Amino acid sequence: MDTTFLIAAAIKIAVFIGITMSFVSICVIFERRFSAIIQDRVGPNRTMIPLSILGFKKDLALPIGGLTQPIADGLKFIFKEDFTPSYVRKVFFWLAPVLVVVPALLTMAVIPFGSPMEFGNTIIPMAIADLNVGPLFIFAIASLSVYGITLAGWASNSKYPFFGGVRACAQMISYEIALGLSIIPVLMYFGGLNLGHIVEDQVANGWLLLPLWNEGGFIIGSGYWGEPLVVQRLLLLIPIGVSFVIFTTSIFAETNRMPFDLPECETELVGGYHTEYSSMKFALFFMGEYAAMVVGSALIVTLFLGGWSIGFGIDGMLPTGAWWVSLLHIGVFLAKVTVFILFFILVRWTVPRFRYDQLMNLGWIVFFEAALINVFLAALIIASPSIGLGGVAIGGAFLILVTILLIKVAKGATQKPSATAV
Amino acid sequence: MASFAFYLFALLAVSGGVLLVTFRNPVTSALCMVLSFVGLAGLFIGLNAYFVGIVQVLVYAGAIMVLFIFIIMLLDLNDEKPVKFKSSTLLAGVAIPLLLLAQILGVIQSGLQGEEAEFTKIDAETMKVSAAAFPEESAIHKSLSHEKSPKLPDTNLIGHTIFKSYNFPLQLMGALLLVATVGVVVLSKRSHTKAPTDS
Repeated sequence: MDTTFLIAAAIKIAVFIGITMSFVSICVIFERRFSAIIQDRVGPNRTMIPLSILGFKKDLALPIGGLTQPIADGLKFIFKEDFTPSYVRKVFFWLAPVLVVVPALLTMAVIPFGSPMEFGNTIIPMAIADLNVGPLFIFAIASLSVYGITLAGWASNSKYPFFGGVRACAQMISYEIALGLSIIPVLMYFGGLNLGHIVEDQVANGWLLLPLWNEGGFIIGSGYWGEPLVVQRLLLLIPIGVSFVIFTTSIFAETNRMPFDLPECETELVGGYHTEYSSMKFALFFMGEYAAMVVGSALIVTLFLGGWSIGFGIDGMLPTGAWWVSLLHIGVFLAKVTVFILFFILVRWTVPRFRYDQLMNLGWIVFFEAALINVFLAALIIASPSIGLGGVAIGGAFLILVTILLIKVAKGATQKPSATAV
Repeated sequence: MASFAFYLFALLAVSGGVLLVTFRNPVTSALCMVLSFVGLAGLFIGLNAYFVGIVQVLVYAGAIMVLFIFIIMLLDLNDEKPVKFKSSTLLAGVAIPLLLLAQILGVIQSGLQGEEAEFTKIDAETMKVSAAAFPEESAIHKSLSHEKSPKLPDTNLIGHTIFKSYNFPLQLMGALLLVATVGVVVLSKRSHTKAPTDS
């Protein structure tokens, strides 16, 4: 039993970290090709394998449309001069890129990639660590990546990187609050923090954002409406939709992606916190950003879009625990994550960058309040069967009152101070 | 395996604490404190208290220490100069930790003599018995009496204890923290608007 566990864990760590790393490099080629399509260019589509440097007559051109470009990009980073300026704080300067990549890869450990595989008598969950505190683990470890960026800015001992680091620090702390508050309705609905159970719940009762089926059957059949609490479940789509919007936007801010990439805003800060970095150390920041994006997409897919489930009741027809079903589910999961990564890229190349005060206002005044109200709304809907009509009426009135008050406060906060006060 | 993890994380926590006071650079010291917090979190997780461990990282290492470092960097503090201590201060600094150490040793000594020093791992049978105390449809009951893989639902149990047994103190504490937050905002805003009256 124990040896099976250890072997399985080792294989899972190797495979899933490998998948994440290859996704990072695939992200780069996706980003370049997709941006090229948006800007009506061609993009890198004809990278060859340079056999000529090994003495062959011709370079090898594979018909895979530039998919070898990431190899060329990586080699370029490795072969560039790794220059450390003389004025930097050496230890932290070297430590910072590592502190960006490691947390981003560690968070992958709790994501369930596929349905559990049965192996003899033991059931192997397709997550490296099947923790009961999944989302909290991700938030905790992801919050450590702030250190990398902040230290990079500080250790560079130079003006613009420092601004970038300070901006990143403020931005990530602000959006962590919205991030944590926004998924409370989701966790209240599932009643647990185990990501594996959350996905299994969605297999039976429909994806969180797409409750088209439940244990009774499809939405068009009478079995669906015969299940208890159907109306409550459909009403819950309102707070969950709000959660989804806030959560996705906050993930954009957490990963420092456009439109929230102010820490590396090149028009104001040269290059941001990694201005002084070169070669592979710069590439580590790059990888950290993309790895965070992959994990963010995986988390959104797991929480809101059914994780590895194929959906529409197909999962129920497949045999549980067979190895090919697990592999199929892993494929489905990766396909969903890819779609989300493409969405990330689409947003980056369509939405212009925010101003810094707009970013802070959005985080502290809009998202923070909206997430709080959302928690109360979800609680009211979930509790409605047990508190009766009177309770719902009182709760609803209270909720409307609080909402109006919060909007008033928020409006007061966004107003510019009058000229006499200054 | 478990004791190996214990010694590893205990070493991490203690060495982080020692390095915190030995380094002269404030940023380095703050980072050593983060190391110490991570070690503590590892110890909590080793005790099956996943929630407490994760919250330790999330709140202390991920939020509070980030603010510390943020402030230290903004103030651009220089290295601390070594201070000459008076002999009476030094004596107190040695005597008080020695007293605490003696107390800890005493507790460990008396604990080891009794029979409760034998810690037993929580097995499926114990979990099934304790599951009876909770209502049948609750998440705690389901997790404790799970047929294939019963698990200690520490997050649910903490929530259950806080919101059932200690609901009023929790609300009181929340109100207290809110008052403190509002107070800070009010105080900092007032000085800001009153200062430039003469312009």
